[in-house]
Amino acid sequence: MAVNETSPPPALKMSIKDLKFFYGETLALKNVNLPFYANKVTAMIGPSGCGKSTLLRVLNRMYDLYPKQRAEGEVLLDGTNILHPGQDLNLLRARVGMVFQKPTPFPMTIYDNIAFGIKLYEKLPKKELDDRIEAALKGAALWNEVSNKLHTSGLSLSGGQQQRLCIARTIAIQPEVILFDEPCSALDPISTAKVEELIDELKNNYTIIIVTHNMQQAARVSEFTAFMYLGELIEFGATSKMFTLPENPQTQNYITGRFG
Amino acid sequence: MSDHTVKAYDKELEVLGRKIAEMGGIAEKMLSDAMDALGSFDLDLAEKTVACDPRLDLLQRDIEEQAILTIARRQPMAVDLREIVAAIRVSGDLERVGDLAKNIAKRTLKIAAEPRIPRAIIGLKSMYENAATLLKDVLDAYAQRDAERAFRVWSSDKELDSLEDSVFRDLLTFMMEDPRNISFCAHLLFCSKNIERIGDHSTNIAETVVYLVTGEPLPMDRPKGSGAVATPQPA
Repeated sequence: MAVNETSPPPALKMSIKDLKFFYGETLALKNVNLPFYANKVTAMIGPSGCGKSTLLRVLNRMYDLYPKQRAEGEVLLDGTNILHPGQDLNLLRARVGMVFQKPTPFPMTIYDNIAFGIKLYEKLPKKELDDRIEAALKGAALWNEVSNKLHTSGLSLSGGQQQRLCIARTIAIQPEVILFDEPCSALDPISTAKVEELIDELKNNYTIIIVTHNMQQAARVSEFTAFMYLGELIEFGATSKMFTLPENPQTQNYITGRFG
Repeated sequence: MSDHTVKAYDKELEVLGRKIAEMGGIAEKMLSDAMDALGSFDLDLAEKTVACDPRLDLLQRDIEEQAILTIARRQPMAVDLREIVAAIRVSGDLERVGDLAKNIAKRTLKIAAEPRIPRAIIGLKSMYENAATLLKDVLDAYAQRDAERAFRVWSSDKELDSLEDSVFRDLLTFMMEDPRNISFCAHLLFCSKNIERIGDHSTNIAETVVYLVTGEPLPMDRPKGSGAVATPQPA
């Protein structure tokens, strides 16, 4: 829960230092500084276009896939700057996994959806691979629903199941940090509750960063919240404080629905 | 503060505020009527005071129900959340103030037939003046979202406590003077307790106002009056 003065400060997993981000000439992030603590859930909130998804895409250098996008500053993962040109991007994305807004299963079987990622990084004997896939599906709270149809298409699942399949695919390669970009925006309330329950369990093993437009979701699932506006970090703090007594008037206006 | 994007939300909060104001007005009136009735043994006024109480109870239930609906409908955050929690708490305190005033009025009806000692009521009157000021100040502080004023109410309740102590001693003296005074004075003792409790509810409201405005709770300990209540001495 909230960090109070008596508990020791949580360990830092990632931290952003003086980050600037450009789409061509456009400055999308202005000198953002932000910590992400190990085994904690940090929520990123802010109106559309505030830069929160951009920031998420910097954390595993997803932006590198696109021309004319560049980041300045530092993003430290366990103390190492991942923006360094020498950074191995495949390795980085194995350590920092991502789940997207819309479920994106590959057009292949449930089993292969998960095996695909593992095979990119490791050569495992069949038995171990099976075990890993089972563990990933259990970790994503999907095993009970798909254990008897692992070899049917991933696309045959419901939206909520597809999203959990994507989470299973992400945790199968045993990352350290998981980025969630609006993971529940296309899901019904029951699937949303399942994903939230999952996030709560996943934080025991992973550091989680979640972008959400749903204020209540941020309040429910996260320990820390960052509020961004127009490319700037306006406020960062313990979630319990942010949603009861935010320091900045802009944060207050946003979370109480008084914006603009 | 600017308005909510959803206008109906502002409307809901406004209605809550208006109902609290109405409750405050009724509670103040009940207290002053109850004391006037006691001072002049005006049984009509005492009965009217008792009859006001259901309106206060109804308003409190309204406020609670509406606050719960707003929580369910809007999932209030930050200052809005504190606003609604404050409305629930303040309405509870005001409902209790009404009950205590009603109790004083009921006792007035009961003691009308007893031998009367008008000077025994003087102390109660100064307690009342003190309590009425606290109540008025704290309701103003609530209406104006004035944490400093609320804090002053919160820290000045001790005066009422010491007044209660001296009323207690006076009433004991009257009872010892003449056992026929006992019934009358015992009822007045309860009245003084009721007034003191009204002071406590005012400080509760003061705490709520400070929380509403600053988001921080006040410390647990409030400055206390003269401490131990005087115990009866053997004559």
